[in-house]
Amino acid sequence: MTVKLVVGLDGADTGDRALAFAKDMAARMEGCELIVAYVIEWSPYTFQTPEENAQRHKRREEEIATATSRVVDPAVKSLQDAGFKAEGVVRHGDVAETLNAITVENGAVQIIVGRASAGGFAKRLFGSSTQNLVMHADVPVTVVG
Amino acid sequence: MFNKSALAAAAATLMATPALAQDAMGIDDKVNQVFADVTGPFVGLIFAPFPGTSFPWIVMWLVIAASVFTLYFGLVQFRFFGHAIRLVKGDYSDPNDAGEVSHFQALATALSGTVGLGNIAGVAVAVGIGGPGATFWMILAGLLGMASKFTECTLGVKYRNEYADGSVSGGPMYYISKGFKELGLPGGKALAVLFSIFCILGALGGGNMFQANQAHAQISGIVGDYPGWITGLVFATIVFLVIVGGIKSIARVTEKVVPFMGILYVGAALIILIINYDMIGWAFGQIFAGAFTGLGIAGGFVGALIQGFKRAAFSNEAGVGSAAIAHSAVRTNEPITEGFVSLLEPLIDTVVICTMTALVITISGQLIWDAEAGTYILNEAGSAIATVDGNSGVALTSAAFGASISWFPYVLAIAVVLFAFSTMISWSYYGLKAWTYLFGEGKTTELVFKLIFCVFVVIGAAASLGPVIDFSDAAIFAMAVVNIFALYFLMKVVRKELAAYAAKLKSGEIKRVKA
Repeated sequence: MTVKLVVGLDGADTGDRALAFAKDMAARMEGCELIVAYVIEWSPYTFQTPEENAQRHKRREEEIATATSRVVDPAVKSLQDAGFKAEGVVRHGDVAETLNAITVENGAVQIIVGRASAGGFAKRLFGSSTQNLVMHADVPVTVVG
Repeated sequence: MFNKSALAAAAATLMATPALAQDAMGIDDKVNQVFADVTGPFVGLIFAPFPGTSFPWIVMWLVIAASVFTLYFGLVQFRFFGHAIRLVKGDYSDPNDAGEVSHFQALATALSGTVGLGNIAGVAVAVGIGGPGATFWMILAGLLGMASKFTECTLGVKYRNEYADGSVSGGPMYYISKGFKELGLPGGKALAVLFSIFCILGALGGGNMFQANQAHAQISGIVGDYPGWITGLVFATIVFLVIVGGIKSIARVTEKVVPFMGILYVGAALIILIINYDMIGWAFGQIFAGAFTGLGIAGGFVGALIQGFKRAAFSNEAGVGSAAIAHSAVRTNEPITEGFVSLLEPLIDTVVICTMTALVITISGQLIWDAEAGTYILNEAGSAIATVDGNSGVALTSAAFGASISWFPYVLAIAVVLFAFSTMISWSYYGLKAWTYLFGEGKTTELVFKLIFCVFVVIGAAASLGPVIDFSDAAIFAMAVVNIFALYFLMKVVRKELAAYAAKLKSGEIKRVKA
């Protein structure tokens, strides 16, 4: 039976540590598949200028292309090179909600993410994506420090 | 001819800027005179009354269109009202489209282009001239206008241009030319060109000069009188930085602050209404009585009706076609969904916000009321209702809010400046789209328009309200002449879309993604 794990990356060191941990875990399991996910923070309820709206589709494609080439593809490649079965996903949305949605859609059993990189006042006020994920995810979440 | 002379006037203003301050008022007067002379004939044509009456044909044109669309689509604004709200909430949004322009964003962008001085200054003009009764007609025009907005925004999305690089251009010029071609009708291209010309004038008038003018009136009302071209230059510089310099941060900050200003404005109006709750009944009494009798205003109830309809159209722009440009960027497989969303615009803009302003002005007692005669007292010229301090336009709204909340005029001043600014940014885009439709897309042609736009900011701030508001109205209504004419031919396309969509909703083919 295949076990699927979702690794949430954020393009920072914390994401790399999450990836290293996931590799380590997958190596101990038989037939483990890894889904490398990168969520571009985005809300449908923001205010934009008409010009931004007209350019939005183009920007979205660019954002996805950048995230794929800079973050997701290298991670997927390093996993495949190490002999794992891996695929990448890039999506827009609320980070916690979207990571959970990707997990549920793929029938994965665990989410592995890095410790929150944001800190200070904003974090105190709004909480971090990691906190939200831990509190609302449908599967166990491992937070790598 | 118009552009040439107006540009000459602008050049004169710019060259004269180092002149001494005592000459400044003279410059304002000169700009004013040249401007009124140049725009006079155009304004006269648009506002020509029906022979033998004082009723401008253009007002009838807008109201008949809104009524026709309301009936033709079977009261779509009421039948699909709940559905429109659910669309904005994102209940039907495909998660795979995350990251694209959402219905909410398209609505918010279009609203920030329309909510602004029309709601604050325009309503004061309507109530000042047409009395509280104008409010009744304004609300009616707002409710009917929802159907016009629905029609044009559906077409805006349906016939937009999508370019290879993923950017989009839409609006009446595109749906007129493509739609007419599709239906095998002649003259689409010519109409689209005509619309574009009026759209450019509208962008320079109501979307620019009127805004600059009223922003100046508001600022000088607080810091004391000073020449308008100074405000004009400051505004022109900031607008220049945003639209030419590409300094997005300014626009972004405005776009985020403006909605909160809108909420603050409505909140303040609500507080004033709550404080004076015992007068709300009386105010509605004035509105209803005034709507059918005029209560002594110039032109009687017809005067109230004209003012109400005129200012509603100017405020919510239903039938004008501008919103179709703003709404066309949304990502959807069903163009009609954007039509549903857009019909909320006149409701929020006119039925809610404009009515708030009108109620506050009526309750404030700024309009001088003769209790014995049961009529309003007119000013010396007999053209408008006399006010306590002789205020009109945005100054009247400011005084009305100030009567209950003494410090609110300061907040209002900030709100007016920001509203004016965000409306200018929106209209600079609408005007630009019309401009590039005419002259082609390209860096140089775009730059020419943007520079002209900045020059008009200065002219608008320097000219006096009368000629500016006349020209602004005329240019925006000229857009509606072409747009509505075309909508009569294209409305059957929208009806087909509506029927198909309603069927899909019923069969469950289109269902909510979110519960």
